[in-house]
Amino acid sequence: MLEVKEIDVYYGAIHALKGLSLKVEQGSIVTLIGANGAGKTTTLKTISGILRPQNGTVTYKGTDITKVLPEKIVGLGISQVPEGRRVFSTMSVLENLEMGAYLRKDKKEVRRDIQSVFGRFPRLGERRKQISGTLSGGEQQMLAIGRALMARPELLLMDEPSMGLAPLLVKEIFEIIKDINSQGTTILLVEQNANMALSIADRAYVLETGEIVLQGPSEQLMKSAEVKKAYLGG
Amino acid sequence: MLEFSQQLINGLSLGAIYALIALGYTMVYGIILLINFAHGDIMMVGAFVGFYSITLLGSNIVAAMIFAMIACAILGVVIEKIAYRPLRNSTRIAALITAIGMSLFLEYATIFLLGPQQKVFPQSAFPLQQYEIMGLLITNKDIFIIVSAVVLMIILQFIIKQTKTGKAMRAVSVDREAAVLMGISVDKTISITFAIGSALAAAAGVMIGVYYNTVNPLMGIIPGLKAFVAAVLGGIGLIPGAMVGGFVLGILETFVSGYGSSLYRDAVAFGVLILILLIKPTGLLGKNTGEKV
Ligand SMILES: Nc1ncnc2c1ncn2[C@@H]1O[C@H](COP(=O)(O)OP(=O)(O)OP(=O)(O)O)[C@@H](O)[C@H]1O
Ligand SMILES: [Mg+2]
Repeated sequence: MLEVKEIDVYYGAIHALKGLSLKVEQGSIVTLIGANGAGKTTTLKTISGILRPQNGTVTYKGTDITKVLPEKIVGLGISQVPEGRRVFSTMSVLENLEMGAYLRKDKKEVRRDIQSVFGRFPRLGERRKQISGTLSGGEQQMLAIGRALMARPELLLMDEPSMGLAPLLVKEIFEIIKDINSQGTTILLVEQNANMALSIADRAYVLETGEIVLQGPSEQLMKSAEVKKAYLGG
Repeated sequence: MLEFSQQLINGLSLGAIYALIALGYTMVYGIILLINFAHGDIMMVGAFVGFYSITLLGSNIVAAMIFAMIACAILGVVIEKIAYRPLRNSTRIAALITAIGMSLFLEYATIFLLGPQQKVFPQSAFPLQQYEIMGLLITNKDIFIIVSAVVLMIILQFIIKQTKTGKAMRAVSVDREAAVLMGISVDKTISITFAIGSALAAAAGVMIGVYYNTVNPLMGIIPGLKAFVAAVLGGIGLIPGAMVGGFVLGILETFVSGYGSSLYRDAVAFGVLILILLIKPTGLLGKNTGEKV
């Protein structure tokens, strides 16, 4: 469904991604793990069109989207839950969800989808009028996920959704990711929490300083000595 | 008490005008962090469009205001596109200097095209009428200014709070990158912000023309500066702040010139600016957090 082919991404003189390639099959959960500064966020931003690769291509459902504007990429079915949640902090929970559906014209269906987000995240439903900047970290993460779902994505990019959350909440978030996937949304999940990520993913890529150093089915990587040592605490 | 109420009415008219101009400053600042120094001059262009619609086309005051608003909406969009957009990723000081350049350009282009003299509305354009209500003298000018300003502010609030476009404007001003991820076009949203802010300034320009009966190419400078003070006073980037700041400043100024001396009238605004920067730089309605709104 998505193929990233040998992309080079720079920030000025910094060579952040060095010929990175990866593939995401329709219906799967693929995870991209790596340490701080490895280039995970950069990869997702490039797929979303916010950053432009110097070389290489991003292909989605057979079409080259490398040069498509970021605001158009959402319309093609790729949504992102950005790192650090990035909810519209001065706007209400409901307004944030409406922004997620910005490109949609089917008002009735949008209202139904808002209800189904509230069904999935009852705590958001109770706080629909609350200004989102005053939500707890976990609630903001749920809002960021709900907001991305409002676009009805076929491919959902998630950047460290477990960051800064209590263990119990982390479990809950991973359950939600599995559930979203089981309802037909393909997922590319960026994580530092390699344990959890590998446990729900079908395939995994390990990124180090802008390069993929390991890849394969998750069970296989979970057993790999290298991964155990570097990412699984022993 | 009567004297007080009388001053209050005068202050409300003036404050309404400041508030309308301040809204444009604050909306533009909220979305691209630029103090648009040409904003007062856009107001001046609006006043001229209003003037010529009345004198050349014979339109009534409401039609003149609508013409001015449409013309300045277009002008604002064009200015943003040619002057500010190319600098969007450069330093803020570069954009600020460009805005000052744009301000001078509008002033001197108008002088070049129309001459430096002020132009006086014919008496028939807006015949002055005075009403006495419970001892208070109210002119039809005051009523026109206050009513149309309030109507415009209600429409603005509706756009910002209820429409998709208004919500997108708020989203872009909170987090541009996240807004793009929603499919919001940042360029389009910034254009709309300039269009609305400039249209409000144009309405204020026509009001000032009505208020003083004249228009001239440099008429945007002082009200522009004062509206900027009003925006800072209320909290720059905050829409309710611009409204509150505009009215507070207008009323304050009227009282100072009414009870003290009109010589101090212009000093009030700048005294207020200095005080607010010293005591509460985020403005009356601002929260004391960070720089961005
Ligand atoms: N805006 C920027 N300007 C310059 N360098 C940047 C910028 N953003 C990221 N980088 C650099 O690019 C590299 C990759 O950053 P990136 O944010 O993609 O890492 P990451 O894997 O997401 O890390 P983390 O786990 O901390 O989020 C880092 O070396 C970082 O310093
Ligand atoms: Mg990151």
